[in-house]
Amino acid sequence: MSVRNLYQQMILDHNKNPRNFKDLELVTHRAHGKNPLCGDDYFVFLHVDNGVVEDIGFKGVGCAISKSSASIMTTIIKGMKVDDVLSMKDDFIALLTRDDVSEEQKKNLGRLSIFEGVKEYPVRVKCATLIWRALESSLLLEQSETVCTE
Amino acid sequence: MNDDLRAKFPLISNSQIAYLDSAATAQKPKIVSDTMYEFLTKENATVHRGVYGLSQRATDRYDAVRESVRRFLNAKSTREIVFVRGTTEAINLVANGLGKAYFKPGDEILISEVEHHANFVPWQQLANSNGLVLKTIPVNDIGELDMTAFEALLTTNVKLVAIAHISNVLGSIFPVNEIIKKAHAVGAKVLIDGAQAVSHMPVDVQALDCDFYCFSGHKLYGPTGIGVLYGKEEIMTKMPPYQFGGDMIESVTLEETTFAPLPEKFEAGTPAVVEVLGLGAAIDFVTEIGFDRIHAHEMDLLLYATAALKQNPRVDIIGEARNKASVISFILEDVHPHDIGTILDDKGIAIRAGHHCSQPAMLRFGVSATARASFAIYNTRDEVDRLIDGINFVLEVMT
Repeated sequence: MSVRNLYQQMILDHNKNPRNFKDLELVTHRAHGKNPLCGDDYFVFLHVDNGVVEDIGFKGVGCAISKSSASIMTTIIKGMKVDDVLSMKDDFIALLTRDDVSEEQKKNLGRLSIFEGVKEYPVRVKCATLIWRALESSLLLEQSETVCTE
Repeated sequence: MNDDLRAKFPLISNSQIAYLDSAATAQKPKIVSDTMYEFLTKENATVHRGVYGLSQRATDRYDAVRESVRRFLNAKSTREIVFVRGTTEAINLVANGLGKAYFKPGDEILISEVEHHANFVPWQQLANSNGLVLKTIPVNDIGELDMTAFEALLTTNVKLVAIAHISNVLGSIFPVNEIIKKAHAVGAKVLIDGAQAVSHMPVDVQALDCDFYCFSGHKLYGPTGIGVLYGKEEIMTKMPPYQFGGDMIESVTLEETTFAPLPEKFEAGTPAVVEVLGLGAAIDFVTEIGFDRIHAHEMDLLLYATAALKQNPRVDIIGEARNKASVISFILEDVHPHDIGTILDDKGIAIRAGHHCSQPAMLRFGVSATARASFAIYNTRDEVDRLIDGINFVLEVMT
């Protein structure tokens, strides 16, 4: 596993040109995620209606892994049901932390499986999962709070 | 050349890693680990309990290191040398010891705006709980302390100035001589955080006339878990103990306890005997090389690396003080330092990436993090070349 596989073109592209890098006008859920170790620091904003993510945006600063993970996440979950988003979050974290992820799960993750290589860099797993932890907290808590991954 | 020194560091000579993170922790010469191993396998006993010979010999060796530290810092007396876990504990001990006994509500503490959290948070917390005012001395754009601002801040309300000897982020050597003189002139005490300094330059606490000086063993080629607090005897005598327990008492009855004299008053519990001996070996090691040679070698690497980094227009060095130690913080356009660190690691180059436990310093320079390369006596120009090539590789991967 070379470092070039970690920094693939799609990751670099989303790092340079993050998608949905914006506030939303109508926000039903929000959360703040930060990793004090490296300074990754993001806010995620959601507009959920009838159990469906109608719109999503994020803002903040951080490394290429955290920012591209956030950007790609927003492009995928827009339009998804909240329940499906939460189960995707579980699969994504499993992909980066476990060896027993099934081919079926990987297939469901689609483009997100590009982050599988991060597993080889344990200190960077928190970068890739930060935005998903924040997303989870925004969806699960009435009053969402700051999530720390360090 | 420093081949003779490199050979004394097993991790350095047995690996291909370009270790450029000695400002975080230095690698250890074999004599340090040998000293600790020999003690553990042949002489281990606790100290200050010496009815048997083994313990008496351990006590003698332990006490001898305190004398080595005294000489190393040129302190007046071993009563002024307290063994602690590290710089962080030393500063916390002083914050606790001065506390209510010394500060009155409204008193001011001055620190620089780029202090390590270890010389920031204890004062901030003390200020919050005791109604003190914490003020910061600014640094200019090249990372030098703004002495005009310092003098303006330095009123008779200031009771303590706590400042790094060398900034861990910027490498700047702060003019502590002048700071101490001026602080004393208004009646303030001065604590110097020497964590980054003691491996680079000789320190003479009597010449400095500082009230406290702190450092950690592990940045001085010694083990972790051991550090030193130097404090003037007349001040430390008045400070209450930091922790209570064995070894720091004189007599204990059900009603009251009287405390041991300095320095044991501040050393509750069984001390880190093995680490103290390791620190002693490290001090002997550094003393034998001598700071003239250390300084010449590290300045060569600093100047060589600075010039090479400046060749690359995509590199920005943070901190270019005229008086600087062998520490270089830099950023690389919009590449996040953690990505720099991961990609350099792929080339076997170890640097620090992050906020260096100094978030206010990051704020000052408008960055969220930096990459930092730091050089020690075992580093080489060849390793600097590898860093420069590595930075080009980072840019290649990230674009």
